[in-house]
Amino acid sequence: MAEEPVLECRNLSISYYTRQGEIPAVIDFSCTVHPGETIGIVGESGCGKSTVAMALMQHMGTNGAIVGGQVLFKGRDMAELSAEELRRVRGSEVAMIYQEPFASLNPSMKIRNQLMEIPMIHEQATEAEARERALQILADVQLPDPQRVMEAYPHQLSGGQQQRVVIAMGLLANASLLVLDEPTTALDVTVEAGIIKLIADISRKFNTAQIYISHNLGLIRETCDRVFVMYSGEVVEEGTIDDLFQHPQHPYTHGLFGCIATPSMDKNATPLKPIRGQLPLPHERPQGCNFGPRCDFFKAGRCDRDVIPLERILEDRGHYARCIRLKEIDHDAAAAPPEQKEPMEIGETVLSVDRLQKYYPIYDYSIKGILKGERVRYVKANESLSFTAHRAETVAIVGESGCGKSTFAKVLMGLETATGGSLKLEETEIGYQPVRKRPPERISALQMVFQNPFDTLNPSHRVGPQIARVIERFTGMRNKRQLRDKVFELLDIVKLPRDFYYRRPRQLSGGQKQRVGIARAFAGNPAMVVADEPVSALDVSVAAAVTELLMDIQRESHTTLLFISHDLSTVRYLSDSVVVMYLGWIMERGKTSDVFSPPYNPYTEALLSAVPIADPNIRKREIVLEGNLPSVMNPPKGCPFSTRCPRHLGAICDNEPPPEREVAPGHSITCHIPVEDLKKVEPVFSFGDKTKTGT
Amino acid sequence: MTDSQAQSTPAMPSRFMGLLRGIALMRESWFGMFGAALVLFWVIMAIIAPLLPLYDPLQSFTTLEPIGTEAFDGSGTHWLGTDNRGRDVLSRVIWGSQRVLIWASIAIVCAYIVGVTMGVIAGYLGGWIDDIVSFAANVLISFPVLVLYVLIIAFLGASGVNIVIAVTFTTAPIVMRIVRGLIMDLRTRDYVAAAQTRGESAWYIMFVELLPNARGPLIVDLCLRFGYTVVAIATLSFLGLGLPPPDPDWGLMIREAVPLGTYAGHVMLVPALALSTLILGFNMMADGLREISLRD
Repeated sequence: MAEEPVLECRNLSISYYTRQGEIPAVIDFSCTVHPGETIGIVGESGCGKSTVAMALMQHMGTNGAIVGGQVLFKGRDMAELSAEELRRVRGSEVAMIYQEPFASLNPSMKIRNQLMEIPMIHEQATEAEARERALQILADVQLPDPQRVMEAYPHQLSGGQQQRVVIAMGLLANASLLVLDEPTTALDVTVEAGIIKLIADISRKFNTAQIYISHNLGLIRETCDRVFVMYSGEVVEEGTIDDLFQHPQHPYTHGLFGCIATPSMDKNATPLKPIRGQLPLPHERPQGCNFGPRCDFFKAGRCDRDVIPLERILEDRGHYARCIRLKEIDHDAAAAPPEQKEPMEIGETVLSVDRLQKYYPIYDYSIKGILKGERVRYVKANESLSFTAHRAETVAIVGESGCGKSTFAKVLMGLETATGGSLKLEETEIGYQPVRKRPPERISALQMVFQNPFDTLNPSHRVGPQIARVIERFTGMRNKRQLRDKVFELLDIVKLPRDFYYRRPRQLSGGQKQRVGIARAFAGNPAMVVADEPVSALDVSVAAAVTELLMDIQRESHTTLLFISHDLSTVRYLSDSVVVMYLGWIMERGKTSDVFSPPYNPYTEALLSAVPIADPNIRKREIVLEGNLPSVMNPPKGCPFSTRCPRHLGAICDNEPPPEREVAPGHSITCHIPVEDLKKVEPVFSFGDKTKTGT
Repeated sequence: MTDSQAQSTPAMPSRFMGLLRGIALMRESWFGMFGAALVLFWVIMAIIAPLLPLYDPLQSFTTLEPIGTEAFDGSGTHWLGTDNRGRDVLSRVIWGSQRVLIWASIAIVCAYIVGVTMGVIAGYLGGWIDDIVSFAANVLISFPVLVLYVLIIAFLGASGVNIVIAVTFTTAPIVMRIVRGLIMDLRTRDYVAAAQTRGESAWYIMFVELLPNARGPLIVDLCLRFGYTVVAIATLSFLGLGLPPPDPDWGLMIREAVPLGTYAGHVMLVPALALSTLILGFNMMADGLREISLRD
């Protein structure tokens, strides 16, 4: 590439100043970005990736400072620009796109004004010109009906549309560099797939350089040309997508890949290999290699001595890694054959759901509503759900936000009661029984692991007593000593040290809190545990460990696990059967292997295709859905998926609810399309050559 | 960690160290430290008043002696002079601090018990209970505070207990609204859902799971509210609706000194200064606490 680079970072080091003194957040970061190139920065939380992004803009907040190195934007040193010049660069040459699109748009201004002011301020364009260009750019980011979007306020748009508008703002400024900081993390998978495609198109069409920051290796692989893997403030490996994903060299990068479930993995044959330990706090970093304490190849006396430099791996390739034993480690030899685990016997039916319905009434107090006599409308959160779960089985409920999966969990747990149908736990009807009316043994039979690790424990109480309280309630055990010993046992099971009994939740990391949450759920020997996205808020390496822990405890206790998730990779990895939901309907259900191979329901097919895959040996067919999720207040009359379905048949889909058809024993699809036609569909994933070649 | 360590029974960390660390945090805000020092000064004065070599606050000497005059009977010095009835101002100010702090504490505790209970119930249970409690609170808040004070005292008569009732009526609704807001935010947390799904009673959830987590903002508010209550009690005394004379009381002292004007300025200035330093202390302490709690 002969072109002048848009951005060059040379040995950038950034520190924050806090109570603990100076904390180096980023150490020795160098990168070069050329026009039209997309570089990815990937890493777990706290590794310094967002700090890099802020430093590029010279925006460090009150307690941060660049302590070494340079940022050159088109050859000019950003540190030497005056405040006025810096302002111009930030507005019109570098655009930043954040995780939360709603927070990036001004809620009190119409999209029109927010877009038009950009050319009007930066280029003194006339109003007519600005309007023209705004409309054009909205079409470029593939927003349907740009005229309407122009006149809308941000809250009238969906999350995906808002993010497209934010990207449009960056393009409108003719930015030569887009910095995208987790731009799709707050969006649903099918919407995310659309944005990812857009981001890829942009760099091609506008020749914009992009820096893409994400924790998701799959997304990075699908969007970027070069990738930087960061760990604890340092780049540990850098290379092109192909080099790095085919031949990861640094033990950390290697470890990360072992933590991600890909469609070719299975919980029994190829379990995940979590990285042990946790990310060191910035002020507790070890001497020498930061990854040392967690690394399987650690050699005392070598890895823990001096600062490790970033080294080039092959002479002719831009592939670097920060590891002193780089040349000595043979990852293929070291990779122990995966520890095989026995599949579990699936026992008798524990939960049976039959045509379960949950409607929420919405009362309309407007005069119009009263006059028309339509005072009550219903949000149909769950419409006729039917499935069963057996002992020791893992059933996954998959769907995007608003599909009714959390509502179902609430009915199951007794926080809400059903509107119709039946819900039986071990032969007892519980759908109409709120939790306060359930006898203690039924309450203890059904427990839950919650999504948000920061919320799941009460910050005011110590960890031990919170678990003890559960045991006390479910077993009636009152003896303080016995209770404490029982809690110690549970802590041992979830692999936490016993002195965590006296810790406060704020002293625990996210993964540790989630382990306590699991201990709490399993304290009363439940027959069934509902896990609502238990690992979605955790970092990759921690999530893998928590997932494996959950599986291990299940193997021990033969508990039925109801796993609620939007992440199909994880679902495929750990579940025995899957229920796919959309707008309160079950679109498809059956054994995991059946659901993940044709015939598919068109929605399942799209959902599968939307999942970013980090494994370069898997090719997938690309299906990008148009439009947004319809509102549950006003669902389509016929098939709920009819408004976005790429295999839409015609009037029948719009007007008639689809029938549920059994395509194989235990596998049923709710769709109008004849089963024979669905069977002809090609699989979404095709597995390339399975042999991973070493270096 | 080796297995033998993992199996051993760990010891309970000391609560005392936790408290020390909490106090150490206060050092981060000199503003808050200064406020706390002011408050602490008056609290200590109130506690050790009976031990100090002071004149009887009710005993009369020569009237309106200036600062630092020797007593006529040679028994000592009136360090801050005497008032229009010949009573020792220093002694009255110090004894007055005891009175104002005791009554303010009782009033605040009552207001908080009522306000917090109402707020937790309204915030957690919601529905028609919330509607009723919130409506009652809004009605009370919509009265001008002073009017409410005068009305209540006029009905019930001037006494310490009635001041407590008046302060409870005016402060509890405000506390209730703060607590209600905090609880409405907290009740959506997963640990509340966890408590619900193990069948805990509403009372347990409200007072064991929720209330302790609202304590941060409440402690800050308590400090501020303490200052306001001291003002309220002084104002009532000043208006002649407060604690009945002749016991020493700062508001009353100011009221009695007003006719004297600048003729004997110290008689008014001393209790006024005492009052302002105490209130300033509470306000600065509240600000300091807020500043610390906002930092990470």
